[in-house]
Amino acid sequence: MIAAALQALGSHWRRHPLQLATLLAGLALATALWSAVQAINAEARASYARAATQIGAGGLDVLEAPGGPIPLARYVELRRAGWQLSPVLEGRARLGEDRVSVLGLDPLSHPPLPALEAATEGDPETLAQMLARGGLLFAAPALAATLSATPGLPAVHASDRVPPGLVLTDIGVAERLLARPGQIDRLLILPGQPAGLTPLEQLAPDLQRRPSRTGTDTARLTDSFHLNLTAFGLLSFAVGLFIVHGTVGLAFEQRRAMVRTLRALGLSLRLLTGLMLGELLVLALIGGALGLVLGYLVAAALLPDVAATLRGLYGAPVAGGLSLRPSWVLGGLAMALTGTGLASAQALWRMTRMPLLSAPGLQAWAQRAARGERRMALTGLGLIAAGVAALGPVKGLIGGFALIAGIMLGAALLLPPTLGLVLRLGRRFARGPVGDWIWADMRAQLPGIGLALMALLLALAANIGVGTMVSSFRLTFTGWLDQRLVSELYLTARDDAQGARIAEWLIPRSDAVLPIRSAEFTVQGVPVTVYGVVDHPTYSRNWPLLEQTPNAWDRVNAGAAVFINEQLARSAALWSGDDVQLAPGWTLPVAGVYSDYGNPTGQAIVALPALLAHASAVPNRRFGVRLDPGQVPDLIRDLRTAFDLPASALIDQAGLKAQSLAVFDKTFVVTGALNLLTLGVAGFAILTSLLTLWSLRLPQLAPVWALGMTRGQLARLELARSVLLAAITALLALPLGLVLAWALLAVINVQAFGWRLPMYLFPVDWLRLFVLALVAAGLAAALPARRLYRLPPTELLKVFANAR
Amino acid sequence: MPARLALCLILTLLAGLPAAAQGFAGMGSTAAEGFSSPGPETRLTFPHDHGPHPDFRIEWWYLTANLTGPDNIDYGVQWTLFRSALAPREAEGWASPQIWMGHAAATTPESHYFAERLARGGIGQAGVDTAPFEAWIDDWRMAGDDDLRKLQLTARGTAFAYDLTLSAQGPLVLHGRNGYSVKSADGQASHYYSQPHYRIAGTLTLPSGPVAVTGQGWLDREWSSQPLAADQSGWDWFSLSFETGARLMGFRLRGARGDFTSGTWIAPDGRATPLAPGAFQADPLEEATVAGRTLPIRWRVTLPERGLDVEVSALNAQSWMDTSFAYWEGPVRVSGSHGGRGYLEMTGYE
Repeated sequence: MIAAALQALGSHWRRHPLQLATLLAGLALATALWSAVQAINAEARASYARAATQIGAGGLDVLEAPGGPIPLARYVELRRAGWQLSPVLEGRARLGEDRVSVLGLDPLSHPPLPALEAATEGDPETLAQMLARGGLLFAAPALAATLSATPGLPAVHASDRVPPGLVLTDIGVAERLLARPGQIDRLLILPGQPAGLTPLEQLAPDLQRRPSRTGTDTARLTDSFHLNLTAFGLLSFAVGLFIVHGTVGLAFEQRRAMVRTLRALGLSLRLLTGLMLGELLVLALIGGALGLVLGYLVAAALLPDVAATLRGLYGAPVAGGLSLRPSWVLGGLAMALTGTGLASAQALWRMTRMPLLSAPGLQAWAQRAARGERRMALTGLGLIAAGVAALGPVKGLIGGFALIAGIMLGAALLLPPTLGLVLRLGRRFARGPVGDWIWADMRAQLPGIGLALMALLLALAANIGVGTMVSSFRLTFTGWLDQRLVSELYLTARDDAQGARIAEWLIPRSDAVLPIRSAEFTVQGVPVTVYGVVDHPTYSRNWPLLEQTPNAWDRVNAGAAVFINEQLARSAALWSGDDVQLAPGWTLPVAGVYSDYGNPTGQAIVALPALLAHASAVPNRRFGVRLDPGQVPDLIRDLRTAFDLPASALIDQAGLKAQSLAVFDKTFVVTGALNLLTLGVAGFAILTSLLTLWSLRLPQLAPVWALGMTRGQLARLELARSVLLAAITALLALPLGLVLAWALLAVINVQAFGWRLPMYLFPVDWLRLFVLALVAAGLAAALPARRLYRLPPTELLKVFANAR
Repeated sequence: MPARLALCLILTLLAGLPAAAQGFAGMGSTAAEGFSSPGPETRLTFPHDHGPHPDFRIEWWYLTANLTGPDNIDYGVQWTLFRSALAPREAEGWASPQIWMGHAAATTPESHYFAERLARGGIGQAGVDTAPFEAWIDDWRMAGDDDLRKLQLTARGTAFAYDLTLSAQGPLVLHGRNGYSVKSADGQASHYYSQPHYRIAGTLTLPSGPVAVTGQGWLDREWSSQPLAADQSGWDWFSLSFETGARLMGFRLRGARGDFTSGTWIAPDGRATPLAPGAFQADPLEEATVAGRTLPIRWRVTLPERGLDVEVSALNAQSWMDTSFAYWEGPVRVSGSHGGRGYLEMTGYE
């Protein structure tokens, strides 16, 4: 019996290979997009964790000097007072063509590092080489290869135990590479301090003790980025499930007769349900497996860009390579199974409740739907309200996403009732019986195609919302770059001495030389880069201030006030007029807040003399140069010959803007790709829904055909109906998309990056998207319409003969 | 402390050659290019030679003390500063190839406390100055006058600390021939002198609290570039002070080609007589398991030419220095033909 039942169930798929393919494709797509995002996130997180174990100091507290490096003599002084400390010097340096992070430490006192341990175990010479014989740079294999080819550097040791983009070396070598002799950035406080030490507060009141930040820093900065990706993955998954729902619904609907026959033959409901569950399980596993393969490919294609974004935006150590993780494979399959279960629950439930002898009918659906519509509308409104309410108590990014999820899901549930309303209204304007029938028939179709239209609504709204955000951001960013990058030429000297020589050399050859100098401070426990600027109209005329107090620039230039960036203002809740403590004994009022996109951390601006008075050893290597733009190429040439500067040390304004925009565009490559994929999945969902409805609709179409409408007319009407429904959905998606865009710009961005962006509208983009939606719906309807057109009249006649 | 790392480091420092796994801590490897070798013609001059010799690969300032508390309990104290050179030169800042390592220990009959420090030369975290004399690493110091007659000695770890005043009651003692001490039949040697005549008073702080202690101390100064032969795997080294006022420094270098023993007999007035190779004999009487190894903790030491036949036993069998390169170092009691106290060092037991 079981074998016969299995054969009967399987025969359905043999007779409907396209349906089988659709089901598997839906499952595969849902699993693929979800697991691609998960794979990317898992890879990035693994990179952070690896980096933390590779270069972290095991959560040791550190000592830092506010506003500058710790002099070497200070370290020795504290060691000679008995404190067991380990010095660390780090910074960015251009080694050859690469700009890399250099981490310099003292191997004698630093806690164990995997790269060093592995190297010294393999060859005891390594440490002698590192400390004395010219030095040794540890780098990941890819970076090591390029560094080895760069002349003038110490020997390079390739190790896969060093995070990508980082050079690990002895502090003595690091101070040479970074041109910071005798400087230390922080001191690790080692475990096992001797008894009876003089407290650090007495010995070094100028140094601040704080918990270790390495590793968790990156995780904190990039959390929002990963949450964004996860949200997108979930959206794609949900849209993919619409396809599964449609196909499974169709398969169950078409097998009603068979199910009745099997049950009449004595197959128990329990066994039948079990067999069908088993069938779904097998299908889910196959679809899930396909999805995993697909997801892996998508992730592998996207990861290099994501890695580039994470490195560029956050300095997060992520390599571009993807590795297969068991957690990811199991998670993907679990999602496929859960998704199949969710999407099929309704169909299965309906089958178990199906009376043995009742005939199906769309009218019955429609009546049920009318009752359901009210429930859906109420649930939808409830979800929206819950989303808005969540924003209050649930803080941060999670609250933002709860808002978006509530609005999106609520709006999706509101779609069928709204469409029903529109169709009822349309029917009022219908002329003649055919018109009347068309509107009524569309309404009858609604429950079947509703889910697919919800998918389309979500995909379109996401497209509009994300598109509006990215475009608004880009527009703002471009304008901001114009304000911010005013100098015609930017240059970086090798060291302070060369910087001073270049500045002197430039004075007669340019309109102004503006030093770019900064030091690190801590405000409310968060690192803040404080820039010192000279009094020059370049700043007061162009600097992009969001808000300011009267005479703001005069007060800042006089050293009596500070400008802070929007990130710091929002995270520390400091605005114009508030006081900000930059260091013990250095508190200034905030004169204004400036926008600072593309930078995830806090920043402040003070007058240069004020900075120099409160920070030690502020590097003086970077300059902005004002001059006639036409003279820039000549000046670059002269500078390079006079000071032997590498090409990378001199960047003109246009080049810098191009670089900045390139980083910006990279950041949203993934967003764009996922957006497009989601829309594709939604189009596919409409197709499957229409195919599902197709066979169910024959009993409705047959009488109309019998009344005299040709199959061609009916096919055209089918097409028009589909396009009309898509059009109404697309129109409804527009306001939803704009609400989403607002939420992204005003809530998510503020939480994720610390800046709020003005919203710009892009009607041409909407029009394009609208047309795209109609094309997608038209294409999806074309196949069923063509089938109808080609349908032999006998099939239509059979409807009357069989009267299911 | 990154023990494994530091061990590799020390091996490297002392070896100079990748393949040199010979001898204890690589001391048996051949001299690397550029390092000086000890020569029999060299005459030591003071206070200059109290200071560092950066052109030799290794060097130490090694003080051990037998102390007694008010309740007649015996204690031992060790203070050692090692210098190891990666290259035969000195430089300012991190570029210095000189590596310094400090070991400090306090031993009671029941417990053994120790600590270790590592530092780079060139930045001032560790070093040795003469005029006035100061040897230091972090907050550990041995400082005093130019001729080492008066010294102040301090060190502390997580569980112990000491602050001792030392005053020499006799002259410096040069070992071997004018301080040229031969270490193998192949002629490996070091420059080696001692100040074994310190009288000590001060405070030893243990987890139970501070103890006022008095006693005697012995300072060893030694430098070389290749003190052991390739086949020598370790040594047993004795510094014994007898109730008669005489003292004995004797060592046994264990080698695949046989043991090499030598030493110095120091008369109560400080006159030193080098011992002929083989004259000094030390034979294990009893072994104990220490840190997973088997080590002799009771010895029979004989020197027939002086009528010496004594038993030397550890005050605390577990005086194990579990530092970057581990060894046994602890106070001993002497009984038999001569009574007395001293220190024993045993290295190279696997």
